[in-house]
Amino acid sequence: MSEIVRRDPRTEWIARNRLHPEHEAVLAQLNGGAAVAQWMGPNGIIRRNPHAVGFIGPNGIRRIDRSGAQTAHASGSARREAAAVPSRRPVRIDTPAFIVAVMADMPGGRLSAHDRDVLGLARQLADEGGQGAVLLVSFCESREDALGEAGVDRVVNFAGESFEGYAPEQRLTALGGIERQHEPRYWLFPDSPLGGAELGRRLAARLGERPATQVWQIADGQCTGRGAAGTTDVTRKLPRIVLALPECAEPVSETVHAAAPIDPPAALPQPLRRVEDLGAVAVDPAGVALAEAEFILSAGNGIRDWDGFHQAARVLGATEGASRVAVDNGFMPRHRQVGATGTWVTARVYLAVGISGAIQHLQGIQQCDKVIAINTDPGCDMVKRADLSVIADSSEVLAALVEMVEGVRKEQRNAA
Amino acid sequence: MQRDGNGNAATEPSLKVAALVSVGRHPVTGRARRAEYDARAVEIGLSLAKGGDLSLVHAGASSPETEAALRGYLGMGPGAVDVLQQPEGSDVVPALESWLRAAGPRVVLCGARGETGEGSGLVPFILAERLGWSLVSGLAEIESVDRDTMTVLQALPRGQRRRLKVRLPAVVTVDAAAQPARQSAFGPAQRGELHRVASEVVPDAAAREWTVAPARKRPKRLKIVKAASARDRFKAAAAKAEGSGGQVLTGVSAQQGAEAILKLLREEGVLR
Repeated sequence: MSEIVRRDPRTEWIARNRLHPEHEAVLAQLNGGAAVAQWMGPNGIIRRNPHAVGFIGPNGIRRIDRSGAQTAHASGSARREAAAVPSRRPVRIDTPAFIVAVMADMPGGRLSAHDRDVLGLARQLADEGGQGAVLLVSFCESREDALGEAGVDRVVNFAGESFEGYAPEQRLTALGGIERQHEPRYWLFPDSPLGGAELGRRLAARLGERPATQVWQIADGQCTGRGAAGTTDVTRKLPRIVLALPECAEPVSETVHAAAPIDPPAALPQPLRRVEDLGAVAVDPAGVALAEAEFILSAGNGIRDWDGFHQAARVLGATEGASRVAVDNGFMPRHRQVGATGTWVTARVYLAVGISGAIQHLQGIQQCDKVIAINTDPGCDMVKRADLSVIADSSEVLAALVEMVEGVRKEQRNAA
Repeated sequence: MQRDGNGNAATEPSLKVAALVSVGRHPVTGRARRAEYDARAVEIGLSLAKGGDLSLVHAGASSPETEAALRGYLGMGPGAVDVLQQPEGSDVVPALESWLRAAGPRVVLCGARGETGEGSGLVPFILAERLGWSLVSGLAEIESVDRDTMTVLQALPRGQRRRLKVRLPAVVTVDAAAQPARQSAFGPAQRGELHRVASEVVPDAAAREWTVAPARKRPKRLKIVKAASARDRFKAAAAKAEGSGGQVLTGVSAQQGAEAILKLLREEGVLR
């Protein structure tokens, strides 16, 4: 749409002149066909028609929506709407006074919530000491398109075969290269089992620095971290290397940064390779604890064909879960119960079969990323929660799913 | 696989294993006890060194309480613990380093972090760095040990496992993924010996400047709503916590439904 304002002085004049014979028609036209609630009178006074304010709700009662969402159709509102969207303040730091380096875990190529918290902490440290820049070090192909919104000024990406899998020695030499090239004032790591905790401690041992671990607060140049298995708080002067817990700081929310990619240091020394990664091991999904399983197939009252359900779990490689009803009726063991009274699960994908979704059950699956429901009742609470719901008979859908997965596997085997 | 590992260890009686043990603290009663993760490390050591070449070492101040806690490890089977005498507030790493250099074990097992003191979990990392040995964290199981390599399973989050080939000598840390420790028996615990060894004492100067307090409860993170109007803030506060805009497939055949589910499972990458 053109940004140029086209004015029609005659129409405006008619709109101002209440006594003009075409006044009503012009007002209606200006307002997109609806009765106008407010206009400027002939003497420049704002006139209001309270009967034209709002709209008639479903119960026949007049409702007034003051958010502007309803009247946004009025003429010239597109510009107003665009201005109303809260935009982040762009920040560019061309010549930083110092660098705060952050090694993010980035599981699956995306920043985790823990990474964002640590980046928020880095931003805080960079802004406190003047014009500091946050340098993100990552070891995998980034699939994150909004690194700048997490508060990252510079990105160094070490891609390549030697950094893939479990390669702590290679990654450590890469961090050493960053240390020599940029001399960061602080090194921040997420204290997480995904790699940050180990790499941070390795770097600290290599540099001979004493890091602060399990840090959850930084204020006034002092940091507070948990000690002695979480029973004490150790407060000390902020060291150079910090391993921070989740929720150590608020993630960046007001600014957007450049996230400019820069080249990794050129000549990295080849480390002695003492640990060799032989790859992931197939794990029996039934042996994985329910609380930390990645993919859960959960059964409820709607299941009739229990053999089919167990077979589906086996074929899909899912950990089995159950609602309380299925456990109470004796179809599943008690330690498989999901929900507030059972286990709180953190699965990435939760496939609920024949579960209507009691509030206790929905509480238990709060932290799941994707929820899939197979149910015959389209109005149940689980369908409202789910990202994908299939309204069909559960045993048929499971049977079809098993058939498809087995068919694909057979094809792959034949092709190989 | 476990049996294979034991067989290899038995054919090679020279495999020396050391376990670093510390004094733990019971989370409820606060009494001194054997540390949970260290006990798991000793358990792995016992299954690895069937021949009996497992030596335990502890560095720290000695008192009747710590002695009773260390006897908890002796009750699991080993005959003796070397206790490197260190006063309160000293850095145990140099003493452990010189002990390891003298003993020369092929595998050093220890818990991921202590239950008292700083509990930073740094000791194995510093030891491996100074000795120039390999380090593996989060061990789940040792599968087999050869002359200069061993194959281990490393525990990853979400119950996954990774197989690693590690060059010996190696420092290995053990956490909750390893098999639980056996019970400590009273008789062997009383019969076992505590060898007190004099060792060099380096005071931990940095730790003197810290303030240590009982853990405060961490503040709960507030949900910050950035909204322009009062109506948006109200809507955000009153909204039910539920995923909105989910796709609902009604009136589809079982095949179509299964296809849609399979597509989502593939996108998430949970199907192997």
